Amino acid sequence: MEYAILLFSEIYKILYVLIPVLVSVAMIVWLDRRIWAFVQKRRGPNVVGPFGLFQTLADALKYIFKEIIIPASSNKIIFILAPIVTMTLALIAWAVIPFSEDFVLADINVGILYIFAISSLGVYGIIMGGWASNSKYPFLGSIRSAAQMVSYEVSIGVIIINVLLCVGSLNLSDIVLAQQKIWFVVPLFPMFVIFFISSLAETNRPPFDLPEAEAELVAGYQTEYSGMMYAMFWLGEYANILLMCALGSILFLGGWLAPINISPFDMVPPPVWLILKILFLFILFALIKAIVPRYRYDQLMRLGWKVFLPFSLIWVVLTSGYLLYFDLLPIY
Amino acid sequence: MNLIRIFKTVFLIDFLTGLLIAIKESFKPKKTLNYPFEKGKISPRYRGEHALRRYPNGEERCIACKLCEAVCPAQAITIESKAREDGSRKTTRYDIDMLKCIYCGLCEESCPVDAIVQGPNFEFATHTREELYYNKEKLLENGDRWENVLAANIKADNPYR
Repeated sequence: MEYAILLFSEIYKILYVLIPVLVSVAMIVWLDRRIWAFVQKRRGPNVVGPFGLFQTLADALKYIFKEIIIPASSNKIIFILAPIVTMTLALIAWAVIPFSEDFVLADINVGILYIFAISSLGVYGIIMGGWASNSKYPFLGSIRSAAQMVSYEVSIGVIIINVLLCVGSLNLSDIVLAQQKIWFVVPLFPMFVIFFISSLAETNRPPFDLPEAEAELVAGYQTEYSGMMYAMFWLGEYANILLMCALGSILFLGGWLAPINISPFDMVPPPVWLILKILFLFILFALIKAIVPRYRYDQLMRLGWKVFLPFSLIWVVLTSGYLLYFDLLPIY
Repeated sequence: MNLIRIFKTVFLIDFLTGLLIAIKESFKPKKTLNYPFEKGKISPRYRGEHALRRYPNGEERCIACKLCEAVCPAQAITIESKAREDGSRKTTRYDIDMLKCIYCGLCEESCPVDAIVQGPNFEFATHTREELYYNKEKLLENGDRWENVLAANIKADNPYR
């Protein structure tokens, strides 16, 4: 009986986080399309619901009722598993995101490592999809995607080391609390920029959307997918983008902390600040999608390995040297 | 020169200017129409859905000369005719296969009495193909419905014919 109560209360808590995340994924798809349209002086989806807000729900409904086509030559089990893996991995990472001081599903002491591990596993969904489709374009797309995500993960890892040097803890709540004096975006601004660009590459967003470069690869690893399975890939992708935005705001923009800790600002509930910061980063994501041309593949690899990685490594040395010299190393 | 370029690359100058332009542009008025609710202007010569017109007294204009049938490059038009009791030749059948039609406007051009015309309507999508095999009834009904616009369009285009 005790276990049942525990189980239900945990499930309740999980749903309390997951349902808002899924709803905001739907809203964010709408926002993305809308911003994209606005920059190009179009109107974007504006018919379904107020301002077209329910467009994504209508799309999802359409996907649900569409036929799922499984290619005859595909590896069926892996083919079906791939979107499930992508979606699940995109959602379970939200477990450690702190929305306020006491509102976090799993307050584990290695939260950042957990997120890093989960986002690295995200490659599997894509590779499985590309491989199991048994078709040229998905395969090429998934190879590209895997190479790209692995390379940029390296520099993201090094950037995270920078932040961890300043915090002295792997717990995400501690990382946020360490920014009470000053957000890390100020002292580590170059790292923030590189983190942001790397997270564009990590989530396969333009200008790094080579895995789905429609001019050459049709739709990349999603080519053979249809109906609900495609929708799951698509939801997983946007949930991942949202996650990267959340990670960026927790690592650099002070998470749920108010910008200034004085009276009208500290009246606002902390989760609202986190949401606003995520929204800010996402709007940047969407604007960048609208203005940049796609990178060539060798340029992408050059940027990842020859520019970002050395630069962030040098910055690690600088940060640690600075902290050591002025005796600012945090001790936990 | 090279230094300026390095500076621009490192500080993402071009990228930031692009971002600013994008933000500025996104507040400017839209270039597209809110389509189903507002429609673009179309020329009087627009070649849309076909219609068979009548004279103001209700008499069909078509004299079954079959010029349109002959000129139609897609052979979408089928006409059968018969003399009426009063001795005038009229069509008994006037079918247009709208799926074959290429909307070239030659039927309208060849018609000596301005009977078959292509109106301004372009929203006649249907759920089945059968609905797009237009017969005389349907075409006459179209003519009755659009007569005001059709007459005005023909008048507006007259100086250039």
